[in-house]
Amino acid sequence: MKPVALFVTCLVDQLYPRVGEATVRVLERAGCAVAFPAEQTCCGQAAFNNGFQEEARVLGRRFLDVFADAPAIVAPSGSCADMVREWYPHLFRDEPALGVLARSVASRTYELSEYLVRVLGVDDLGARFPATVTYHPSCHGLRGLGLREEPLGLLRAVRDLRLVELPDAGQCCGFGGFFSIKFAALSGAMLSVKLDNIEASGAEVVTATDVSCLMHISGGLSRRGSRVRALHLAEILAGS
Amino acid sequence: MTNRPPRIDLIRNVERALRDASLQRQMGKAMPASRKARADVVAELPEWESLRSTAAGIKDHVLANLESYLRQLESQVSALGGTVHWASGAAEARAIITDLARSRGVRRIVKSKSMTTEEISLNAALEAAGARVVETDLGEYVVQLAGERPSHLIAPVIHKPTEEIADLFVRKLGVPRYERPEELARVAREVLRAEFLAAEMGITGVNFAIAESGTLVIVENEGNARLTTARPRIHVAVMGIEKVLPRMADLSVFLRILARSGTGQRASVYVSLLTGPRRAGETDGPEELHLVILDNGRRRLLADPGLRTALRCIRCGACQNECPVYRHAGGHAYGSVYAGPIGAVLTPAYEGMERARDLPFASTLCRACADVCPVKIDLPGMLVELRARAVRTGLAPWRDRMLVGAWTFFMRSPARFMLAGDLGRLAQRLVARGGKIERLPYPLSGWTAHRAAPALASTPFRAWWKSRQGGPR
Ligand code: SF4
Repeated sequence: MKPVALFVTCLVDQLYPRVGEATVRVLERAGCAVAFPAEQTCCGQAAFNNGFQEEARVLGRRFLDVFADAPAIVAPSGSCADMVREWYPHLFRDEPALGVLARSVASRTYELSEYLVRVLGVDDLGARFPATVTYHPSCHGLRGLGLREEPLGLLRAVRDLRLVELPDAGQCCGFGGFFSIKFAALSGAMLSVKLDNIEASGAEVVTATDVSCLMHISGGLSRRGSRVRALHLAEILAGS
Repeated sequence: MTNRPPRIDLIRNVERALRDASLQRQMGKAMPASRKARADVVAELPEWESLRSTAAGIKDHVLANLESYLRQLESQVSALGGTVHWASGAAEARAIITDLARSRGVRRIVKSKSMTTEEISLNAALEAAGARVVETDLGEYVVQLAGERPSHLIAPVIHKPTEEIADLFVRKLGVPRYERPEELARVAREVLRAEFLAAEMGITGVNFAIAESGTLVIVENEGNARLTTARPRIHVAVMGIEKVLPRMADLSVFLRILARSGTGQRASVYVSLLTGPRRAGETDGPEELHLVILDNGRRRLLADPGLRTALRCIRCGACQNECPVYRHAGGHAYGSVYAGPIGAVLTPAYEGMERARDLPFASTLCRACADVCPVKIDLPGMLVELRARAVRTGLAPWRDRMLVGAWTFFMRSPARFMLAGDLGRLAQRLVARGGKIERLPYPLSGWTAHRAAPALASTPFRAWWKSRQGGPR
């Protein structure tokens, strides 16, 4: 059994606990012993991206403290994993001891599909999910962590799942954290293009590795009265 | 000094752009084609990534040794018989060029290929000095006729539908209404031909300046820079200090990445290499060559470790084509010469954060710009840095402070976090229906103006986890 510490992320904890539950099931199915360090809260990405680096450091220090000894840290979120991997070393570069810890924690932090495929070498979780599905590659997973084939490979192995291509898939959905409130209309316009493409794909379900993008996308689908559902990758991989 | 220009209200500009149906249609039509063209020709080159690294490396080497390459360039250009002028700011550059025109009795000027002269607002100054200035590149010409500014680095008129250009020509040139782009180009060319013949001075930008040989390189597709530099008696070239390259051998790298990134061409149609003014016995070329080397905030950028590499920019416009924000907002919304991701970095750096406070925030940090930038500028990283500076200097809006402050407060411990969740669950009883919230109050109202919000789950994950401990797996 591979010991794994789950970083469930703040949004999943409060808004989408079912995604957290699915993540636990998927990891266990892949042979992991999952621990949930209860002291965790949020990685600080939202503050950091909005320019509030002091606040991000406060939350980052907590994160480093909580996960200092974890053998591997796995999150159902490409953007949170990317925050820890890409930005923590930068955020703590002027604090020698924390800088070392930040680099070490960063090197042990993974997004779920990344961990399954690249670290565990799993490509089939034995899941079954009878639906037509399209995959939206979230920007931070795609361009930050370089996740291209990993989530798609896992989806292809799911029984009874028909994977259809999302037109212009790599385009940002327009979420961007505070951007979606600050530049609300612009974010809505970008979302609208993404929704058109999702609907054009013919899928019944759109999936991604980030609940943040999915929260934005599903909110838009709901406004449109669309029948397409938005589900996190873990929810599909946990299907049986 | 003049008064400081007002703050760029990007949010309002964008909202206006989004309501402009013709702009939205035009951008929706033009941008995918540019992106596809770039992607196709880049995919042809297996060595693309190494070309990018090489180009970035050459630029960094130049930036690290900038003053010595500039001095070498100056001495080469002077040795060839050209004159080099140094301008520290826009006003000085304008004064140098208007003095040149005035002292030589220049009345007619043709211009080609220069964002740098846009940056220093040269045309108005020359007109005030009694000269007539005509833009000769088709897009620039249209923008000039319309009394606008370019909205894109290499496609200045990308925001304007052809029908509007057709109407503009009827109105301004008194020609019949032509609809096809080729016909409009022909009309413009006929008008411009006479301008080329009559002009006493030609003004161009510079894409690259080769230090070892004093050669000025201009890359274009229409051939107007060639006419601008060959026909008039005086050629004035205007370049930013960062445009210098050490050797001719470096040029091939940049020619390959510029054409592919900019217009999606394998090679540009015209590449002019101008080495000095006309020599005795030559039939072509200007009698006088003036090179204006402009700082205008660039040395300050050079001294700024967080933003220095923005000076690698070769103004290809790829980041603009790729940026979803730019595509919806249009170039004019950025309120300055440089738009899109590179503009969101350069405008605050050049014009001050006070004026350009919103610009670095106008990005989801999706990184598409960094992926395409041929000189690997970390544009998203710079946006994050500029945001941090805005916050540090107290320029962040009150709402942001409040939201981030509250967020950080509640995320400082699991107990507070759970408390926030419980408070939220209480409050949402009033507004949540079927797991959704259709309307949130300020400061979150922007969210629900465009999408439904999810309701907080009745049981948070950690409660589930707790109840599961010890139970069956
Ligand atoms: S920042 Fe990069 S992509 Fe954008 S215009 Fe400059 S060189 Fe081109």
